[in-house]
Amino acid sequence: MTDRKIVVPGETVSKGGDFLPGEGTEKRGEEIFAIRFGLLEESNNLVKVIPLSGVYQPRRGNVVIGKVENITFNGWVIDINTAEGAFLSLMEVPRYVNKDDLEEVMMIGDMVVAKINSINKRGIDLTIKLKGLGRLDRGIIISINPNKVPRVIGKEGSMISLIKDETKCRITVGQNGLIWIDGDKVEDELFAKKAILHVAEKSLMSGLTEEMKEWFGGEKK
Amino acid sequence: MILTSNLTAERIIEYLKEGKRFDGRKLDEFRELTIETGVSKNAEGSARVKLGKTEVIVGVKMDVSEPYPDSKDKGNLMVTAEFLPLSSPRIDLGPPGFDSIELARVIDRGIRESKFIELEGLCIKEGEKVWTVFIDIYSINDDGNLLDAAGIGAIAALKTARIPEYNEETGKTKFGEWSNKNIPLKKEVPISLTVHKIGNSLIVDPSKEEEDISETRVTIASCDGTIHSMQKGNAKELSIEEFNKVLDIIEKTEREIAKKIEKAITHTHCETLKKEAITHHEN
Amino acid sequence: MTKETHSSKEFKRPDGRKVNELRKITAKVGIVPNADGSAMFAFGDTVAIAAVYGPKKMHPQHSQDPERGTLRCTYNMMSFSVTERIRPGPSRRSTEISKITEWALKPVVMIDEFQGNVVDVHINILQANASTRCAGINAAAMALAHAGIPMKSLVQSVSIGKLDKQLVTDLIKKEEDWEEGEGPTDIPITFTGDGKISHIQLDGKITKAQLKEAVELAREASKQIHEAQKKALKEVGEKQ
Repeated sequence: MTDRKIVVPGETVSKGGDFLPGEGTEKRGEEIFAIRFGLLEESNNLVKVIPLSGVYQPRRGNVVIGKVENITFNGWVIDINTAEGAFLSLMEVPRYVNKDDLEEVMMIGDMVVAKINSINKRGIDLTIKLKGLGRLDRGIIISINPNKVPRVIGKEGSMISLIKDETKCRITVGQNGLIWIDGDKVEDELFAKKAILHVAEKSLMSGLTEEMKEWFGGEKK
Repeated sequence: MILTSNLTAERIIEYLKEGKRFDGRKLDEFRELTIETGVSKNAEGSARVKLGKTEVIVGVKMDVSEPYPDSKDKGNLMVTAEFLPLSSPRIDLGPPGFDSIELARVIDRGIRESKFIELEGLCIKEGEKVWTVFIDIYSINDDGNLLDAAGIGAIAALKTARIPEYNEETGKTKFGEWSNKNIPLKKEVPISLTVHKIGNSLIVDPSKEEEDISETRVTIASCDGTIHSMQKGNAKELSIEEFNKVLDIIEKTEREIAKKIEKAITHTHCETLKKEAITHHEN
Repeated sequence: MTKETHSSKEFKRPDGRKVNELRKITAKVGIVPNADGSAMFAFGDTVAIAAVYGPKKMHPQHSQDPERGTLRCTYNMMSFSVTERIRPGPSRRSTEISKITEWALKPVVMIDEFQGNVVDVHINILQANASTRCAGINAAAMALAHAGIPMKSLVQSVSIGKLDKQLVTDLIKKEEDWEEGEGPTDIPITFTGDGKISHIQLDGKITKAQLKEAVELAREASKQIHEAQKKALKEVGEKQ
């Protein structure tokens, strides 16, 4: 994985029509240029740049963690660290909510796990109608670079499962870089936090899952 | 994320009850402190202080001017602070906010009341010409406790500052040329430290999320056990018992920090002298 | 080369550099943890730091441009960055340079990608020995890339000077104050990745022919700057 090349905006990533320009790239004449700072990935006939940095780009279906910023007459305005605003309508809550009871369900400053239903011109629409979503009332929230989230989750969830098992914590990873950790003991939560931050730091390494298994072994002594 | 969420606030308070903090520190433990002096060549003195991820840069500049009418034989001190927009997503460009004004005034009082700078030593000609010492503080990364970081930076910058050359005939400062005289300072160094109250716990050196939920804080500048200035900020009350604990914490921590500053200044001062010796040799 | 600049071999610069030699470049990315992107760029003693926040919502909301994004730049010098203290706070000079910086960066920043939102670029000068706006622009370009802002390319900025009749690359303060002959002429120039000029200013006295040469010298120097910027970004990329 680490032999992927790092590119900067303006760098030529392909000449002569072998590839099609994917995300983070732009075709100018016969050449394709990178328009974002990140890792170059060539697959099939597509060349794209996987960003190493930058604010979270919201996508439909993403699970995100956010903070209630404001309460309107029909829902909650949630801050999920995006430029566009995110909104949770009272219709998207699994039980019936009266217009006057919005504060009872969630107050300003509360943290919530939600899913992105749709993204349109007005903003991002969230839902908490599925299992595992809703207001968070215990545990801690940590924040990582959203571009590292895939690494923390791992292939088919392998990395996050490893961390959950080793630390005995419930963990939900938001695609927007916010992560919820809930353990029975303070020490467990801090341990999970340490593990996650370690993975995020070493995200470019290959064989990271193996290395983390060893790391856990070492930490437990 | 603008302010710390309710969840995190609750959890921080719970952790503190068990004597723990999110980053594993004890309640009276400071983050890793690094001090670099001589970081800006055109300054008379300068220092970069990192407290964990919090970073400030402090510079000392001097100029000659008339003394104040009620202190004709004394030099002047002026402290300013700017919370740069680059240091935090919460800061916007504009006139200085209350926080930066308070910080400057608190650091000023600590230095002034402890008489750390021997202002009489800055007098060139009584009633006519005195040196003014400007201490300018800039935040580079705000991860909590800019106040203490700034205080340490101010001391480090003052201790390593050199007085500019001064032309007696024209009465003008020769900017860019320095004498080998240091600012006249007392040997004992005033240390400015802040204790915060969160829930029922008292902590030092808060990270940003801890600082957000701090209910009240007390900043004390003391020198070898003698207290010279104090400021209680924010509205929550302190019991007398808590206040006494604050004084104990500050006394204990002051000694540790004073040692660290001394060590750092001696070290970087040696490095600066070494560098100067090499450059001199090359020229 | 015109006859006037032909004697470049004998021309003595105060710091001993060759006429087309840049000072030592130092470039580092990721120096402000809170920022979405940040960088430091130095020409010798002139040190600039830049931090980028965004894209994010703009306040007040009525200033938002729904069609495109907004790029806002601020440039300020620290009071102690120069030998005679600068009173903290904005000045007319810093206000002008802030706008110049925005114009220098705008052609490459793809602001259509963040409609209705703003990207803030904050530049501060830690230490000044002339060419501060150029160092600031170079740092800002790296910080923008580091922040993941889509850009057509980076930009490179450098100051070309004319000391009496001699063109030189990357002015220092002593050269800005040149007293001999025709005195100093200061020409800061910024290039985009495809060699177009996104910023140019001039103070002094120069013929059209020499000005064209100056632009060529700047173009040459910009290549070295570009290499340094790329290297700094790639280094941080590896660490991540």
